[in-house]
Amino acid sequence: MTYEFTKEDLDRIESIKKEYPEVKATTLQVLWVAQDRFGHVDADVQRLVAATLELPEAHVHGVASFYTQYYKQKMGKHVLDVCTCLSCQLCGGYDILNHLEKKLGIKAGETTKDGMFSLQQVECLGACGYAPMLQVTNGEFVNHLTEEKVDHLLDKLRNGEDPEHEMMEMPLRKQKENP
Amino acid sequence: MSQSDWRTYKPVLIPPVDNLHEIEVYRKQGGYEALKSVLTDKKRWADPKSVVDEVKAANIRGRGGAGFNAGLKWSFMPPADGGPRYLACNGDESEPGTFKDRKIFEYNPHLFIEGAVIAAYAMEITTIYVYIRGEYRPFIEMMRKAVQDAYKNGMLGKNILKSNFSVDMVVASGAGAYICGEETSMLESIEGKRGYPRVKPPFPAQKGLWGRPTTINNIETLSCVPLVIRNGADWFSSIGAKNHPGPLLYGISGHVNRPGVYELPSGVPVLELIEEVAGGMRNGKKLKAIIPGGSSTPILRADQLDGVTMDSDSLRTAGSMLGTSGMVVMDEDTDIVEVLWRISHFYHHESCGQCTPCRDGTGWLEKILLKIRNGDGETRDLDLLLDVTTQMEGRTICALADAAAWPVRYTITRFRDEFEARCKKSVHALV
Ligand SMILES: Cc1cc2nc3c(=O)[nH]c(=O)nc-3n(C[C@H](O)[C@H](O)[C@H](O)COP(=O)(O)O)c2cc1C
Ligand code: SF4
Repeated sequence: MTYEFTKEDLDRIESIKKEYPEVKATTLQVLWVAQDRFGHVDADVQRLVAATLELPEAHVHGVASFYTQYYKQKMGKHVLDVCTCLSCQLCGGYDILNHLEKKLGIKAGETTKDGMFSLQQVECLGACGYAPMLQVTNGEFVNHLTEEKVDHLLDKLRNGEDPEHEMMEMPLRKQKENP
Repeated sequence: MSQSDWRTYKPVLIPPVDNLHEIEVYRKQGGYEALKSVLTDKKRWADPKSVVDEVKAANIRGRGGAGFNAGLKWSFMPPADGGPRYLACNGDESEPGTFKDRKIFEYNPHLFIEGAVIAAYAMEITTIYVYIRGEYRPFIEMMRKAVQDAYKNGMLGKNILKSNFSVDMVVASGAGAYICGEETSMLESIEGKRGYPRVKPPFPAQKGLWGRPTTINNIETLSCVPLVIRNGADWFSSIGAKNHPGPLLYGISGHVNRPGVYELPSGVPVLELIEEVAGGMRNGKKLKAIIPGGSSTPILRADQLDGVTMDSDSLRTAGSMLGTSGMVVMDEDTDIVEVLWRISHFYHHESCGQCTPCRDGTGWLEKILLKIRNGDGETRDLDLLLDVTTQMEGRTICALADAAAWPVRYTITRFRDEFEARCKKSVHALV
């Protein structure tokens, strides 16, 4: 498939270039622009990025393949990244993953037939105090998961609603206010 | 009031002020006054070096894990030669158990920006890169907005606060790789490459970003800087533990009633942190062990915690490290074998693969632990694991290999009976 950046993307890329002393440095950031636009950075998108930045395809491919957040192939509409690392493991992350596998009828690493959900098991996402948790398509974090909260999230996403940003409490303030 | 007693301590890094992330609110609270003082009060701050000296005297021990005195690190920068010089701010925050810098991005981004600009003035930096792990997309967007506001208010860009000092700030997003928290790997990543750590020397102060002098500091470290400038080095170094002073963000997770990030003075007793700050153990269970400062710091059994405080000296005496002060708490039902296997899986997954002892070593650790976890291990596999860690420690380009080896070494030594209980007696002859 051939892909093209929009005018808006190209403007964004130009302003990113101004932030670095050389074009090569923009590779990660421009791969993000591409993934935001096309939903993934497969081989064709990587070629587009290389051509746009006038960099060797091998370099762009090397970068895209090194970092786990770039989708090297088309994914489901929503990608559910379930953390199972240390604190999430201790607090039931694997149970959440298991629940999602059953609920969606797929295994971690797969996409539902209707293309709605991809499920992945991921390493620590930096939300250890709010375990177990998952991240939706490299975006919002959904914290303190229970099976009910997961079911509710799936319904929301199916209805086309985005998960909202959960402000995590500033614990000391809470403590001070309700001693 | 003494800021050393944690029970009466008033947070200064993430104080409970509504909408502090907005620049107007931050300025009303006295924000950017420290920067103004540094740039305009020539009586107090004769030159950039006077700022470095003050920060050095405060003894801000790096909050990224290694605990190096920030001011001392700044003094390693060579004299300015008119070319570009960089400050790279480490917001990669990927060590399991660590989730503190995101609080600053979310609740007090301008404190960090102010600290980074003061650091830039002190070291005659021309551009600041703020590297944030790609998974923190919501926080990256908050930071980008805060940076824009700082530009609009004349706190970044040309002639800051009408002085002759100018510096730019760029927020760079990572894209999923724990190794990019290692400082030279982060530099490679900012340069748009795969995050392969560099061989040192040359050190970043000599050859960092694009071969130019560069200093790397953690987000929380830099956020302490305006506080030091505002209140003085003595104020800062009088808070908390003597050899590791200052406010500290404690990330507490695992089997406690109130997990979360708490700002308190350094050196809070571990057991008080669990019982009083984090609300005690979940479901009334007994404490089994803690990992004090991120997954690479050696695990401590409950019976090793009497009188231990959260600072580098006390934790070293107890047999561990402060690391990132992200403490993971485990109750009596925790399966230690399962936990260690999961930690080893993490480091194997995250090894960049440049060094054989790390690439193969992390793989072997995971494989042998998986075998033990599945009930197929033999007691002598435990000694094999210890042997593999010896082959890894101190033999690689970066410290990821050590970070992977320590948990294995110390968890097996400190919970040997639980591992042996999962192993068969060694029955096969060695050949
Ligand atoms: C494998 C590895 C991962 C690291 N990850 C981080 C990180 O996520 N954040 C961080 O600030 N420092 C991290 N560090 C430490 C940095 O290399 C560096 O020491 C630190 O950013 C310096 O800042 P500080 O002196 O202010 O702590 C890591 C080190 C290693 C070896
Ligand atoms: S120690 Fe491991 S992570 Fe570090 S450079 Fe070597 S292979 Fe890469």
